[in-house]
Amino acid sequence: MAKKDGGSAESELATKDGAVSAGTAVIAAEVFQNPGMPPHHPRATDQDPKKEKAAARRVGGLFLLSVASSIFAIVAYVIFPITPGNLSSVRLNNLFLGVGISLALLSIGIGAIYWAKNLMKDGEWTEPRHPTRGSEETRAAAAEVFKLGNEESGFGRRTLIRRSLIGALVVAPLPAVVMLRDLAPAADPVALLNKTMWAKGVRLSRDPDGTPIKASDVTIGSVFHVIPDNLGDAESRLDEKAKAAVILMRLDPQDLHVSEERKDWNYQGIVAYSKICTHVGCPVALAEQHTHHLLCPCHQSQFDISHEAKVIFGPAKRPLPQLPITVDDEGYLIAQSDFTEPVGPSFWERA
Amino acid sequence: MQNRNSTAARRASGRRHPLASVALILIGLLTTGGAYALLSTTASAESSSDSSAAITEGQKLFAANCATCHGVNAAGTAEGPSLYGVGSASVDFQMGTGRMPLAFQGPQGAQKPPQFTQTQIDAVAAYIASLAPGPAVPDEKWLDGSGDAAAGLELFRINCAMCHNIAGAGGALTEGKYAPALQGVEAKYIYEAMVTGPQNMPVFSDLNLTPQDKANIISYLKFQQENASGVGGVDLGGLGPVAEGLFIWIFGLGAIVGVTIWITARPN
Repeated sequence: MAKKDGGSAESELATKDGAVSAGTAVIAAEVFQNPGMPPHHPRATDQDPKKEKAAARRVGGLFLLSVASSIFAIVAYVIFPITPGNLSSVRLNNLFLGVGISLALLSIGIGAIYWAKNLMKDGEWTEPRHPTRGSEETRAAAAEVFKLGNEESGFGRRTLIRRSLIGALVVAPLPAVVMLRDLAPAADPVALLNKTMWAKGVRLSRDPDGTPIKASDVTIGSVFHVIPDNLGDAESRLDEKAKAAVILMRLDPQDLHVSEERKDWNYQGIVAYSKICTHVGCPVALAEQHTHHLLCPCHQSQFDISHEAKVIFGPAKRPLPQLPITVDDEGYLIAQSDFTEPVGPSFWERA
Repeated sequence: MQNRNSTAARRASGRRHPLASVALILIGLLTTGGAYALLSTTASAESSSDSSAAITEGQKLFAANCATCHGVNAAGTAEGPSLYGVGSASVDFQMGTGRMPLAFQGPQGAQKPPQFTQTQIDAVAAYIASLAPGPAVPDEKWLDGSGDAAAGLELFRINCAMCHNIAGAGGALTEGKYAPALQGVEAKYIYEAMVTGPQNMPVFSDLNLTPQDKANIISYLKFQQENASGVGGVDLGGLGPVAEGLFIWIFGLGAIVGVTIWITARPN
């Protein structure tokens, strides 16, 4: 470790005659010459004893401030206790405790840096990197160890032992692989993704209270956020809701462009579409009454409800799946069946 | 001391303070204005009880200000929709928030200072309501913010927050349209917007969200606005991760860069 004062600094990489040490990278002949250290300027605290004393007092002051802040934090913790059920007591407690602790730590840090910058020994140093390659003797000794080890154990000679050991090491991690695989859901995820809770005769009901919706409730221009009526029976309610969420809109039947195979899927202009974006599965719920556009807030995919939710903008590739609906004897809206395709974003096994 | 002497001198000489005449004029104006306002409200109360007079007045206002786009009989033209069945709530919302009359045809009519007095708006509303039945201006009891704010939050989250932002800060829609901020909007207009579905907002009729549901939503918005900055520090407009991320990028990173420069800079 060579330490040099800044004034007489000179490159450590290049030796006296300009040759380059073997430990460094290749350097072209017309390399930029190391200008060396800038001239050393003494600090104000080096020249003026008064300023030095003032700086020392400041550092001491900061450390004392830290002491005071730590004590303040303790006192504040006692003075502003957390009373259960009172949120504003938590706020006061956290506020003063946090202010005290951060001020205490910050003062130590600022004081230490100020001390180092203004009072500790000043000067420019160069600390050359030592070569990473070991000495010839070290390298020879290491090679000798390996050679000796091979000879004494017979690792190279005894092929049965060597191969069986390699085999054992290869097989050893397999239990971990089996265990990790078993962390995945037991049920076939593809089957789960392919179907939702919607089925023939399931009533469409309001999110969140679950009251069923009558066709006559849905006035033109209305938007309802819909869950299946049987969602309450679901084992994992949130998982099922995430798949079965539906947005229900009523358009003027003249505005609907219905294809031949879907002509029974709406009820007097009431259409139901999956609310799960076919891009990455955000809820597509930003509905515009007159343009009949649905906008996904995550990546701005747009779907045109008047044209069977076809994609008109954005990264989504497929239209939102439509839920075929009709009404039952009492006038409530019901599903004719489940969605005819998987809802939500694409997955590997999606047909 | 000198000041007091001069005041005393002025009083003694019977001369008035220079501002006294201004104050006198102000008092006079306030008295006559107040009396006029009092009389005119009484007058409007009378005229609204006399609904046929209001309808005639509304029809005149409509013909002068709205018929260009909505047609002479409010049946709609290529420039503006038919107003049959929109109800007095719709008129009160559109004209009361200054959205109508439109400043220009565009993606969305913006909120601006109202162009008509409430009496005139009521007259037009009475005229439009007389053409075909529609939602009426809501009852005061739904508007006082005394509903269940927690239930209102859940309904707001499901039905409103995707466009209007969970803190009611508003947000962008497609092709230049936007969902306006709800902060500071009168409860009456929030209710009317839900029930009429102005511009591209969907309709949330009383069959979808009951009046009590609407009152709960209004209570949530009111609670949220009154308590927004009470917890969690500065809300940065309630815009969510974009505003918060930008803040920490600029000020957090800025502070780190500043400290780094200070640590490495040479002292004088």
